[in-house]
Formats: sequence, structure tokens, C-alpha cells
Amino acid sequence: MRVTFEVNGEPVTADDVWPGESLLYVLRERLGLPGSKNACEQGECGSCTVYLDGVTACACLVAAGQCAGRSVRTVEGLAEAGPDGERRLAAVQEAFVEAGAVQCGFCTPGLLVQADDLLERTARAGRGVPGDPEIREALAGNLCRCTGYEKILDAVRLAAAREAGTTEGGAA
Amino acid sequence: MPRTATPAAFTSTTRDGVGASPRRPDGTLKVTGEFAYSSDMWAADMLWGMTLRSPHPHARILGIDVTEAVRLPGVYAVLTHEDVPGEKRYGLEYQDQPVLAFGKVRYKGEPVAIVAADHPETARRALDRIRVDYEVLAPVSDPRRAAFDPDCPLVHEAGSLPVHEHYRQSGNRVRYQPIRTGAFADGTPVAELRARAAAVVTGEYEVGMQDQAFLGPESGMAVPAEDGGVDLYIATQWLHVDQRQIAPCLGLPQDKVRLTLAGVGGAFGAREDLSMQIHACLLALRTGRPVKVVYNREESFYGHVHRHPATMRFEHGAAADGTLLYATLEIILDGGAYASATPAVVGVASSLGLGPYEIPHTRVDAYGVYTTNPPCGAMRGFGAVQACFGYESQMDRLAAELGLHPVELRVRNAMAQGSRLITGQVIDAPLPMADMLRRARALPLPPARADLPDPADLRTLPGGVANTSHGEGVVRGVGYGVGLKNLCYSEGFDDYSTARVRLEVVGGEPVALVHTAAAEVGQGLITVKGQIARTELGVERVVVHPADTRVGSSGSSSASRQSYMTGGAVKTACEAVRARVFDLVRERGLVPADRPDADLSLVGGKVVSAADGVVAGLAEALGPDAVEETREFHHRPTEALDPTTGQGASHTQFGMCVHRAVVDVDVELGLVKVVALDAVQDVGRVLHPQQLLGQIQGGATQGLGLALMEEVQVRDGEIRNPSFTDYLIPTILDTPPMRIEVLEHPDPHAPYGLRGAGEPPTLSSTPAVVAAVRDATGRALARVPVRPEDILGL
Repeated sequence: MRVTFEVNGEPVTADDVWPGESLLYVLRERLGLPGSKNACEQGECGSCTVYLDGVTACACLVAAGQCAGRSVRTVEGLAEAGPDGERRLAAVQEAFVEAGAVQCGFCTPGLLVQADDLLERTARAGRGVPGDPEIREALAGNLCRCTGYEKILDAVRLAAAREAGTTEGGAA
Repeated sequence: MPRTATPAAFTSTTRDGVGASPRRPDGTLKVTGEFAYSSDMWAADMLWGMTLRSPHPHARILGIDVTEAVRLPGVYAVLTHEDVPGEKRYGLEYQDQPVLAFGKVRYKGEPVAIVAADHPETARRALDRIRVDYEVLAPVSDPRRAAFDPDCPLVHEAGSLPVHEHYRQSGNRVRYQPIRTGAFADGTPVAELRARAAAVVTGEYEVGMQDQAFLGPESGMAVPAEDGGVDLYIATQWLHVDQRQIAPCLGLPQDKVRLTLAGVGGAFGAREDLSMQIHACLLALRTGRPVKVVYNREESFYGHVHRHPATMRFEHGAAADGTLLYATLEIILDGGAYASATPAVVGVASSLGLGPYEIPHTRVDAYGVYTTNPPCGAMRGFGAVQACFGYESQMDRLAAELGLHPVELRVRNAMAQGSRLITGQVIDAPLPMADMLRRARALPLPPARADLPDPADLRTLPGGVANTSHGEGVVRGVGYGVGLKNLCYSEGFDDYSTARVRLEVVGGEPVALVHTAAAEVGQGLITVKGQIARTELGVERVVVHPADTRVGSSGSSSASRQSYMTGGAVKTACEAVRARVFDLVRERGLVPADRPDADLSLVGGKVVSAADGVVAGLAEALGPDAVEETREFHHRPTEALDPTTGQGASHTQFGMCVHRAVVDVDVELGLVKVVALDAVQDVGRVLHPQQLLGQIQGGATQGLGLALMEEVQVRDGEIRNPSFTDYLIPTILDTPPMRIEVLEHPDPHAPYGLRGAGEPPTLSSTPAVVAAVRDATGRALARVPVRPEDILGL
């Protein structure tokens, strides 16, 4: 079948899609967007987290056909072009590298999307830097095997502090 | 980060050198999603490879019929053992594992046939059409029976395996290693030692099978080459040992099997053995097209070795003041169907089986056995993890028996520099164990529950927002654990790494190119290689070449060894490059021809003379020439263990971590929340403070997982929980804040004085967490992972 939808602001079409294929498979194997990761493919690890119509979801649990006419944003769409046309890392991406939250990096794309969502929600509510319990709840669906999560917390606090225009998140 | 010593040796003026925390060079690609992992490989005409696996743990193969699978449109190849052109078996230490099963299958999930098809679903349907006739045999499931029962059926037919006499193979035993010291070497009966002890503690302990649970599944792509060879893009821990095993099975010379490291989504030991490497190459060579193989999570549980489950029997005797008099240990490690790293795991589990304690009389018997359970091999901690849970549990029981604080008992028996291991090996580098224990005890404790800003906040309670408790029935406990781990390869293995370093001027600026075959698996070696080149060559710009087999072996990214070994190789190659630059400076007349190297240094992109100051910029000194040097770095030799007495200086270096865990336990429901998991670790010298903490915290978290939740549950050879739904690893909610105190007592034998850091915290955190749960509950808890029913005594 043919599936047409929007990915990272661009219209895309995938042809010859077998109805059993997931959104994750179509992104990775048909659309050249392997950033979303295939760690468990059963919705337990969060490595394939994407925005689907603005709501985070595990791309492995969404049938590609269900995405027809909808909007998807992946880790590849987090960095946006600045006024000079150069692509700039989102605050949360910058903070992950800076704080040492990236080791093997396989969990990173999913964590970035989920953390980006937390920061968006926090900013919309005008609440500054989220507390650790709130960060932990927000990221509870994303497994990381390398870091023990400490540096991931550092990174989210750092990004939140920068977004809020303060330094209260502290550095790594 | 608290430190006791400033790394004064590294006040280099070169930015981002050794001791700094520069960003990972692969970090930006990893946060944008562009970093190419092995499962991201893609080619326009590629096929998908898939594996048919045995549904039985033990069965004779009577026949394989692939006719219906071959007929399916979109299927390009269906291969069985008959299609393996070279050696039919491979293995890390023993070549005992079939590329594709023939004769018998020895574990559930063993590869039997492989297919290549145009879509993963086509491949899956082709697998369904392969008919295999099995005659089911009784599984050999009990490792104790495999070790001791002469009537136990053999997993491998007598005479079918290569013989390694020094490992004392017999029956289903892959290796038996005894150790005898003191009175046990003289044959004194244990009853005499017992009679002298004020306290005797015996205990049986069990460690369940742990999975490495890396997030990036086994995967890679094989591309057939015009010369009849194959190029493999692969996630592995050691490119050259893969190459050495793959080529003979393909019937190709090694130089026709070229490997390039693809992005690695974690390893932790699970990528030491081959998984899909040979299969992908066979399919690519047969079809003439690139073949990609990607395991899914369930297949991954069958696709790699696990941590050996262990059963242990300890006896310790001590004087009234806590001084240890004697100890015995019997440890049985279930190696499963194929040897993998079992012999080496037995070597570690025996030599470090009684831990970092001074004990005059010891007896250890360590057995690694074949069963028809899933194969077990390397995982972070490698045989030392299992023993550590046992001996630390014993230390706590002895302390309780004698009325001593657990830290005090350990301090009284602590090893130090100059101590002898039970193998007779003298520890000839700093080991400040007593100091580390006291420091761990003195670390600030987390606030009591009652002092929390909101003690009723569900997120601070065991069970969390599942709302299982509002604080009633919640009891706090504190526990300690110490682990001693050998670092680098042991037992006489000639362990080395190779580095090629090239220094040249690019765009008017000196640039160092560092090329090794060492696997970056997430640990950050890629950063450290650059730091070393900057420090040694005084340059800012370093390019790290992708790892491949076009340079010599770097050995495995295992045994906490790469900073030491590949770090040592890069340092040595840089020193050789530096000496060549000094020759150039003399040849060009920039300093007098008799000026010795000792007068010269490379700092901040310049050649500096102690006598004359700045002599030249590196660009001027090099001119159009590139200076390139390749060097091998070997650590000092180690010895085999005597097969009868277990004596021998078998290890290269030792690492130690001390953990203190604080837990809250809901004693009514058996739920545990780890409140703090703080540690003191000596790393010799810190190369990259931020990455170091990531290693210690990540390693500690895997130990927490083993303590409380992680077990591959095997019944009659079958894995009952091959998914992340049923095999649980710690989430961010399960993991507490981890305060780390890093000590720097340099190892005089190691590059920069460093000490490998990745494994020791994985040893110590497990017994610390369990001790804390015991402290809260009063339960004996002799098995990990601790289950809710163990806490409740059900």
C-alpha cells in the first residue's frame, strides 16, 4: 500500500508498504530516517519515541498505515535551522552532549524526544526547571543501559535552565 | 567531584588533553540521529538475513528439508550446515560452536538454518517453511549434576572437543580450577581449622543468569567484494578476533574478510562472541548481494551469551577480634551449551573467589560446566561478580556473629599493597582498601524519610505512584559491599593493542590522525584517544579514524582494558612520532644537531626547547612531511595458574570499588526503593572526569539490577522471559542519586598511572544493595536477584 504523511515538516510518501510494517520500520528502512531506534520493538524501551501529531509515542507500536495524513516529528527534526540557515542543535541535544548523557547513544534519540516534550510542557506551564521527581516520572519509559541516568538528569536540568533563561539547573 | 589528589602531572597547556572533560567526538552525531549503528546499515539492493533456531534445548537432528522455503518468491538463499564451506565450528577459546547446527542441537535457540529474502516478512515466512526433524533428548539442566555425576549424559560427545589439559576438562567440565594455600596445601583437615575459630560461618549462595541487555540488537551488513572476499560492517567488541573466527568458516584467507566497526549500541561482554557475523557473510557470498541481519529483542536473548549463573558454598572461620583464619569456596558456573569465555571466567572466579581479604588458609574449587542451558560467557565483572556477592554476604554474617560493624570487620582483614592473593600473586600497586572503606562509611547519608520535604510524596516511596504504600511498613536499611576485579587479560595471554598515529599539517594547522581497531562501544575510548594525542603531541586538532581491520589488533573492549591498552598504544605511538619530529627539527637546523630529545617537547602546537624556548611551530618543523608511526603496546607478562595448586601471578592489574547502599523496603509487599548508592573508587589517574563518573554510575546500576530485578529465567533449558516486558532492567525511577568519591593512587606499571574503572562498581553494588535490604528486613537473602517473595519469606 501507499502511505502519505508528514515527517519533520515535509510531506513524504512510502510505496509498497506491507500492512504489517510499523511506523518505525517505514521511517528507518523506507524513508532514510534511522535516528529512531529499534531496541525492543515492543514499546518497552522508548528508544523509538517520536511525536505523532504532537504527542509522544513509540513508533514501533504504531502501524505505518495509521499515520496516513498525520504529522510525525523524529529526533532528526529536533535541530532547527537558525536565522543564518545553519542547523542548530536544540537545547536538549546540546545539553546531552555537554553533560555526558550520551554513551553508546542508542537510547538517546528516544530520550531526547521525551525530554523535549517535558521541557515543552514545563515551558508552556511557565514553571521553570522541573524537579527531579518530575523528570524521573517523565523519562520512566525510556531505558538506558549505559549511564545509570545521573548524567541524563544533569542534561535535562541544564537544558531546562537554559530554556528558562536561568542558571539554576547547574552544570554537569 | 571530590578527589584526594590533584593530577599534577597533567597541567598541560594543551586544551582538552588528559585530565580534562572534552566532549565526545561522536556526541553530536548521536544526538541528531545521524550516527550509523550496525542496524542502520542500508544498501539499495540489500537482502534481509534471518535465522531459524532450535525449538528444543537438546535434540538430535534427523533431517532438514528446505524445499518449500526455497520456492517462496522473494527468497534468495536458504543455507544449512552443508553450505558452510570451511570450518564448521568456531569459538573464542574452544572451537566447539557450530556455525549452523549439525548432528545435535544443544540449546534452545541454537541456529539451524539461515535465509536471505527481499523483506524481513518474506524471510520470516521462509523460516516457517523449513522442516527440521528432531529426535528430542533429555536436557542436561542441572549444573551440579553436570559437574559431579559420572552418569550425567555428555553435552558434547567424548572425543569431539579439543583438549586443554591444564584446564582439567572431563565429562561435562569445561574447566576445573582448584586453589590451595596454607594448611589446605598441606592437607590439614578443615576440622582442625574450625576448632581454632571463634566464629564459623557457612553459607550457600546463588546468582541468577543476568543479561547484558545492551539496547542495540545484534546486527550488521555483509557486502560481497569483487575479489571474492567480503566486507562486514559490524557491532562487536574485538574486530580481529571476529575476523580470526569468521575467515576459516568461510574458507577464505583472513585478508579477504575485512571488518569495519559500525556504531555499537552497548556491549557489556555480550559482543565478545560471534552472533550473526558468519551467517551474514555466508548469505552475502552466496547471493552476491549485501545482506543485513538485525535481531529483534527476543532473538537477542537467544543470540548472545549471558552472565554465568552460579551456586556457591562458602565457609569462613575467624578469631574473636574478626581476624580471618581460613575460608573455603566451591563455585559452580553454568556455561551452558558452548564454552565461550567459560575457561577464563573460571580463572577469575577462582583466583578472586574469596575477595580482597587476607586469609592464611584457603581452599577453592571452581567448576565451569557444559549443560543444555543457554550459553554463558562474558559480562561486565566476568566471574568476579558472582563470587563477590557470596564473599561479601559472608563478611556481613561474620560481622554480625562477632558483634562488629560490617565495615570494621572488613577493615581488619583488608588487603593492601604488598598483600598476597590466594594465588600467591603480590599486589604491587596501591590498594588503599581500609581507607576506602572508612571513606564510604563517612559519606553523608540521605535524609531520613521523616525529614523529607514531603514524606507522603508517593514518588519517594517503594512502589512509587502505583500507590502501594503511604509510608506504612517502610523500613530503611544500609549495607556495604567491596569488590576486587582483575583488569586487562590474565593467565599468560599476550595482551596487546596497536595504534597508528600520523601527524601532518592540514590547512596550516598541525593535525593528529589516530587509527586503531579498538571498539568504541559507548565507554568513550574515542574521546580518550584524542586526549592522549593532544597531550603527547601538543596539538589541538585530532581526528580519530574509524576502527577497522586495516590496522593491527587492539584486543577486546573488555576487562576494563582499553584505556590501559589502547591508551597505552596511542601514547607509545605518539612518543615515536614525537621523536621523529625532534629528528626533523635537528635535520632542519632549528636546534643544534647534538641537542637531545630530553631537551625538547611539543606544547601548544610548538616545538619547545628547555634551553632555548620556542624553537619552531609544528607547521614549520613538519613542513610538507607527514610523520606516521605504528606501535604495539603489551602489558607486562602474566602467568598461568597451576592446575593443581592454583598458584601463579595471573593478573595484570586490580581495581576496587566500595559501595554503600541505602534502601527503603516495604516489608509488607516486598518492594524496594534504593535511596542512595554511593561509592568510593580508586582509579589511579583520572583521564576524563565526566566519562569516568558515567562508567562508575552505569556499572553500579547494572549491579543494582542484578540485586533486585534482573534474571533470565530458565526452566528445562527454556528462557521464560525473553523480552523487556519480562526481563526488567533498572529505569530512571529504580535508580537513585549516586555520589562518587574518586581516589587517585597511581599504578606505577600503567600508562599515566591509570586503573581500569568500568567493572569494579558492578561487583560491589550488588552485595551492598542486598546487605541494605537484609539490614531493613532481617532476612537471610542468599540469592540474587532478591524477589518480593524472598523479602516476605514466602
